[in-house]
Amino acid sequence: MIHWVLFLVFGAISVAGAVNLLAQRHPINSALSLIAVLASLAVEYLLLGAEFVAAVQVIVYAGAIMVLFVFTIMLLNAGEEERTRGSRVAIVFGIPGMLIASILIAWILVRYSDTGAVRVGALAGTPTAIAPLLFHDFLLPFEVTSVLILIAIMGAVVLASREPARTSAERGQG
Amino acid sequence: MNIGLFILVSVIKTIIALFVLLTAVAYTVWLERKVVGHIQNRWGPSYVGPFGLLQPLADGVKFIFKEDLTPPHVYKPLYIAAPMISLVFALTSIAVIPIGNWIWIGQLNTPLEITDVNIGLLLILAITSMGVYGVALAGWSSNSKYSLLGGLRASAQMVSYEISLGLSLVGVLILSGSFSLRQIVQAQAGSWHHIIPHWNIFRGQIVGFFVYLMAAYAETNRVPFDLPEAETELVAGYHTEYSAMKFAMFFMAEYANMITVSCLATLLFLGGWMGPLFGPAIVQEILPVVWFGLKVFCFIFLYIWVRGTLPRFRYDQLMDFGWKFLFPLAVANLVITGLVVAFRS
Repeated sequence: MIHWVLFLVFGAISVAGAVNLLAQRHPINSALSLIAVLASLAVEYLLLGAEFVAAVQVIVYAGAIMVLFVFTIMLLNAGEEERTRGSRVAIVFGIPGMLIASILIAWILVRYSDTGAVRVGALAGTPTAIAPLLFHDFLLPFEVTSVLILIAIMGAVVLASREPARTSAERGQG
Repeated sequence: MNIGLFILVSVIKTIIALFVLLTAVAYTVWLERKVVGHIQNRWGPSYVGPFGLLQPLADGVKFIFKEDLTPPHVYKPLYIAAPMISLVFALTSIAVIPIGNWIWIGQLNTPLEITDVNIGLLLILAITSMGVYGVALAGWSSNSKYSLLGGLRASAQMVSYEISLGLSLVGVLILSGSFSLRQIVQAQAGSWHHIIPHWNIFRGQIVGFFVYLMAAYAETNRVPFDLPEAETELVAGYHTEYSAMKFAMFFMAEYANMITVSCLATLLFLGGWMGPLFGPAIVQEILPVVWFGLKVFCFIFLYIWVRGTLPRFRYDQLMDFGWKFLFPLAVANLVITGLVVAFRS
């Protein structure tokens, strides 16, 4: 009972956060709303029983990735965004189109996918249940993903450490 | 246990835990002023009460009654929220820290912690990683160059050292096979030949312990890693523009984090509440908590001692130390521990 109440409350918070993310003018407010969305999603995972995923969601997404977002906003000192009126096409076609598309996707997922509804607290998401999946059943995809991330890191290092192109003034002196 | 009783017990335990933690915070400040004073050949606080013991109370009263100044150029919503974020996350992590065995209170059997979760350690890491926002947002929303630099330094430093911190814990996790802090402590019970206790630090985690200690000092922004609040260059860093109770919140958060880190070091590497038990039954009930408190006290004393001894790092030294020394050391410790455990089983 109390689980259901909490589930609905945090679901409402995550939706409200997502709407707020779009409505806010200042990038730092948007970033903070995204953190609220990610954190309340973590609580939802926790309520479903996926404890490990919930903790990792907070550590990786809300804790690490969003810090870099906030960091970038702070460094660039981004000001408030300017509002344009928006194109009329976007309002006339965009909003109904988005509504229809999301209803279609939801309907297809509910109607045709094999994944049934999960009862609150029904998932076996303890670390001991996840470890055999990660390091035995899906070892190859797991390792390939880590190699992919390693490549991305190396790419970032190469891009960051490239010598800046010398300006003509410097060339004249040299 | 029915739900009414559960809520009652939880509320009582929360109140007690918060009271103990906040008192510990206040007296850690007192201890620091006293010990650093003696290290520098001064007396430290000595006027308010015997040995200056009532100084924390006087400080608290002063913080409450001081004028709460809000500079005109700040971004107000986040300026007000930032100290609260810091303090809330600093106090939350005490919820999953066990300080002793299960005890009987009348008919009620309850663990000596607010709640026992099987992902306790991950939860603490998650809460600590959220604590960065308090500092970062304080630096940004103050709209002052010193605050911004302090906030940037703090978040860069915390993000960098969090990796070494997390990796240094994995060795302990491999040895004990659980994320639950209670089970990690219970895996350290017993001793070899009744002399050397079975603590993780004596089971090959001595390198992990030192990596954890260094990374934890950096995580809590303490000397020699206190660049975010380097007085000589940044006035006071991220809390330059804060006064009265808002400043006190940052102050309390910093010391609460110190205590959490000390508790965690005790639980993970020094056997938590394990220690020799003797005497009548009632003493045996209390002794584990005493051992735990003593070990935590040693860590806090070490914090203060280091502050009184070491100078501050330069910024490039800080980053070099974190990435080129601590990080490879943590990875090596992890690999060796994993290999040893794999060959043994």
